[in-house]
Amino acid sequence: MHEVSITQEVVAAIAERLGDKRITVVRLEIGKLSGVVADAVRFCFDLVAEGTTVAGARLEIAEPPGRVLCRDCATEYEVDSLIILCPACGSAYAEVLSGNELRITSVEVSVPCAAPAAAPRTR
Amino acid sequence: MCGTCGCSANSVTIPLEQRVLARNDDLAHRNREWLAQRDVLAVNLMSSPGSGKTTLLERTIRDLGGDPVVSVVEGDQETAYDAQRIRATGCRAVQVNTGAGCHLDARVVAAALDDLAPPAHSVVFVENVGNLVCPALFDLGERHRVVVASVTEGEDKPLKYPHMFAAADVVVLNKTDLLPHLDFDVDAFIRHLDRINPRAGLIPLSATGGTGFEVWTDLVRGWVP
Repeated sequence: MHEVSITQEVVAAIAERLGDKRITVVRLEIGKLSGVVADAVRFCFDLVAEGTTVAGARLEIAEPPGRVLCRDCATEYEVDSLIILCPACGSAYAEVLSGNELRITSVEVSVPCAAPAAAPRTR
Repeated sequence: MCGTCGCSANSVTIPLEQRVLARNDDLAHRNREWLAQRDVLAVNLMSSPGSGKTTLLERTIRDLGGDPVVSVVEGDQETAYDAQRIRATGCRAVQVNTGAGCHLDARVVAAALDDLAPPAHSVVFVENVGNLVCPALFDLGERHRVVVASVTEGEDKPLKYPHMFAAADVVVLNKTDLLPHLDFDVDAFIRHLDRINPRAGLIPLSATGGTGFEVWTDLVRGWVP
């Protein structure tokens, strides 16, 4: 269950970059070939985020598919696991072009309203 | 919505474009430089529990006979049993207990390397936590990744744990002395490994019997700076 330490890294990296800013949305990119299960990250996110600036934030995960280039016949094809065999020539000599992503793409932070707090009403 | 006045402009998107494992990878890079400056070879040994990593190391240390000098970082969730076994061979070992953690990372390896202070032209073996899933993702700063599989495990392991086998430079197939008693199909194992990682070297050997072991020790000697 390395997704717990992956999620801890996400929270720590956000805190390092954004200090005590309150985070409302976290956007991640977890490629299908990254070795990280997006559902497992979703599962532990709230627990890991508890007590941090990320607590209560909405988690959005994009999961780009694996794209692979056959080194033998130069066919480009799509895979969703590392069991890679070229559909054209059967070769396993493949270069992964994408799908390994494991990134924090962006976050949303809440910004205190510029308007002054409403003055206490007087009659 | 803004809690003060009800306006909607209360959140702003900040692009980060940061690799999740950036901190680990930076530390791993530092370990790699630290090792290179000292002419020390680091090898990350990974496998499922019980494939024979510690037995492989015991015999490796014995057969190398001090040339090159070997030291070991032992990773386990609990106990110092493995480090004690390694120290019994006369070589230096540091035990790292990960507790609930399922893998070593670059930070704990950096601390262990400081403790070990390996001499120039020596080898540090990092015996990772027995686990075919999580350690594959964490760069420790090693120069080579060796995955140990054993013939008691079933020949489909490379297909079941593709990330681990894809990360290997070399796969050691251990316990070959047991082949006469098992249905393990070595050719099928090789076929499966080739599907996942056709570039990986394969060394079948027996760490207890010694068959094929000199291929492994020659390889390690050849790696030493």
